[in-house]
Amino acid sequence: MADSLALALQLITQADAQLLGIVALSLRVSLSACAVGALAGLALGAWLAVARFPGHQLLVWAVNTLLALPSVVVGLLVYLLLSRSGPLGSWGILFTPTAMVIAQSILVVPLIAALSRRLVADALAQGGDQLRSLGAGPLTAALLMLLHERLAVLTVLLTAFGRAVAEVGAVMIVGGNIAGVTRVMTTAIALETSKGDLPLALALGIVLLGVVGVIHGVIALLPMRDRGLREALA
Amino acid sequence: MNAPLPVSLAPAADAAAAAEPLVSLHGAAVHFGRTTALAGVDLTLRRGQRLALIGSNGSGKTTLLRLLHGLLPPSRGQRTLHRLAAEGRPPRMAMLFQRPFLMQLSVQRNLRLGLWLAGVPAAERAARSDEALHRVGLHDQAQRPAAALSGGQQQRLALARAWALRPDILFLDEPTASLDPAAKHEVESLVETLGRDGVTVVMSTHNLGQAKRLATHVAYLEAGRLVVQAPTDAFFGSTLPPAAAHFLRGENPWL
Amino acid sequence: MALNPLTRRAAVALLALAGVAGPPAAHAQDRFIVMASTTSTEQSGLFGHLLPAFRQATGIDVRVVAVGTGQALDTARRGDADVLFVHDTAAEEKFVAEGFATKRQNVMYNDFVLVGPKADPAQVKGNDIAAALKKLAAGGRPFISRGDKSGTHAAELRLWKAAGIDMAAARPAGYQECGCGMGPALNIGSSSNAYVLTDRGTWLSFKNRGDLAILVEGDRTLFNQYGVMAVNPAKHPHVKAALAQQFVDWIVSPAGQAAITGFKIGGEQLFFANAGR
Repeated sequence: MADSLALALQLITQADAQLLGIVALSLRVSLSACAVGALAGLALGAWLAVARFPGHQLLVWAVNTLLALPSVVVGLLVYLLLSRSGPLGSWGILFTPTAMVIAQSILVVPLIAALSRRLVADALAQGGDQLRSLGAGPLTAALLMLLHERLAVLTVLLTAFGRAVAEVGAVMIVGGNIAGVTRVMTTAIALETSKGDLPLALALGIVLLGVVGVIHGVIALLPMRDRGLREALA
Repeated sequence: MNAPLPVSLAPAADAAAAAEPLVSLHGAAVHFGRTTALAGVDLTLRRGQRLALIGSNGSGKTTLLRLLHGLLPPSRGQRTLHRLAAEGRPPRMAMLFQRPFLMQLSVQRNLRLGLWLAGVPAAERAARSDEALHRVGLHDQAQRPAAALSGGQQQRLALARAWALRPDILFLDEPTASLDPAAKHEVESLVETLGRDGVTVVMSTHNLGQAKRLATHVAYLEAGRLVVQAPTDAFFGSTLPPAAAHFLRGENPWL
Repeated sequence: MALNPLTRRAAVALLALAGVAGPPAAHAQDRFIVMASTTSTEQSGLFGHLLPAFRQATGIDVRVVAVGTGQALDTARRGDADVLFVHDTAAEEKFVAEGFATKRQNVMYNDFVLVGPKADPAQVKGNDIAAALKKLAAGGRPFISRGDKSGTHAAELRLWKAAGIDMAAARPAGYQECGCGMGPALNIGSSSNAYVLTDRGTWLSFKNRGDLAILVEGDRTLFNQYGVMAVNPAKHPHVKAALAQQFVDWIVSPAGQAAITGFKIGGEQLFFANAGR
């Protein structure tokens, strides 16, 4: 364990080009997936919070159940879709970062939708009537609640990012772990583990956590500089 | 935008004899499932009135308020919105709640959001919001987060938000119930000023002194029924119906 | 919601990091082929040595998707790879018979070795694999099989058969299948002091040996033949047939064969070029 920590520090200070490329690709894929997931997921969540058509409870149940979608299953489904023998084969995007973004987006949409639905519904229970009295339609009120609860929404998005950047099943299958093209932190860790180089695998894991930790740290510290928000939080 | 229901616009009644009617309820009732929140109410709200709704908790004050505003549809009976004779359009409504819901935005942004939701064009929004803030004395707080304001200030902001919409009728649901005396006084004087400026006011309250001070008419509700409605002097005079008398003495033993 | 200047700058930086870190070698966009190969070849480090030489010679990038032989063949059948580089001659010939490739060619061979605990409780040490496997079965010794339809797994099953042990009828006590790659199988073997059949390449670069060591090697039947095939454009018109053929031609050419021979780990040659033989 101590070896791995030392090795991790060594990897970080050396900032080897290959490692940097792998880290950058991890971030690029997962951040893109969260951006796509946020658009679709927040819209879906807000809509589900106010929708009242017959069968909407069924849709809510489906979204909640999909929270447990294993990443490897998502990978498999997207692989079958994007394979040359599959319906979208002509797009030719299997084994590219684009396919990885698609797979991870599918993975995070249920998460973002389920959590944002809950927070919008709770917020509407507080102030939905008043927004309505001001003339807001149901969907407008729901979207305004996303704005109102934007700190909670940020936490939801950070959760989704964590899920995406830490998963290996989906990106392994649709990306192929191709060196220099689709190798990300998690697939690199899986590779080193299967090669028996456990200290290196652990070290890469530490590096991954370190990178994510830095991102979260920056996000956490920013509001402290914004006096207005700190006042509001006080 | 204020009345999401199809509205029947009846012509204004005899305007010479009494002030023109704005909203009428005929045998209007509201049921929530098996519970009857409001049973068979007949009421006509007229322009320039300041109507106080009094009654204990659960008597139907809030439901009646929302019914008049249009936030709730009647389960039975009819709600009629009358066209204003001079302006030639239905009356505009705004509502204030006991605890105002303010967005996690600045004071100014909250106001402008209200105007945006009412469909006021961008060019006008800035001017009307500034005007409203000045009116309620919050202009120096314009950039502060609304959540940082005191209870009384928040209610004044809600008032500004409502006032900026230039409503013909202002509904208030126990607006000062959670405020300290000083804040209560601030809000009351603003409501009074609005009333004097010609806004029709409907306010539910526990506070009989408040009703006496501010209202031109009073209506007493009990268990979902509108038991008594009368001009204020008449209501608080000697001829109190027994049911109302009992409630009033319970609330204010010195009456 | 107003973003104060600092927040705005941080958001831009984060987005820039996400967007700017594009795929490397973007300039070589179209001159690449996808090669489905096996985990053993990738993990031995051969490709790290071979492919740069190929790129040098032809300017073509080879993107290796390394999975088990069974999965590699499947990937190619679906048209998701342009060229195959695996080690299961029987399966490769079936692939050709199905029409997914026009022909297969020998490229190189390496050998399998039987590793096990240094103390060798089953006393299998030597150069006779059939005898060794008979002893393991008789003694019910722990043995880890990949069980993943890979080339290695297929070879292992052939060796058991040749030693007279019918896996379908009765598994020897102690025989375990992990359904995993060579590395993970060795990991299990090293932590439970079991016997494992592995290719020499993976063993040489495997770092988590524990108490294991090579016990049986050099038996002719342990030789493991690698073949290369370009996917047939008649079956999958979109494959980069011309580029794939360049790879096939190069790997069996003197230049490619020399590159294979020149790959060494710790001074030891791993793969023996035998194209055309």
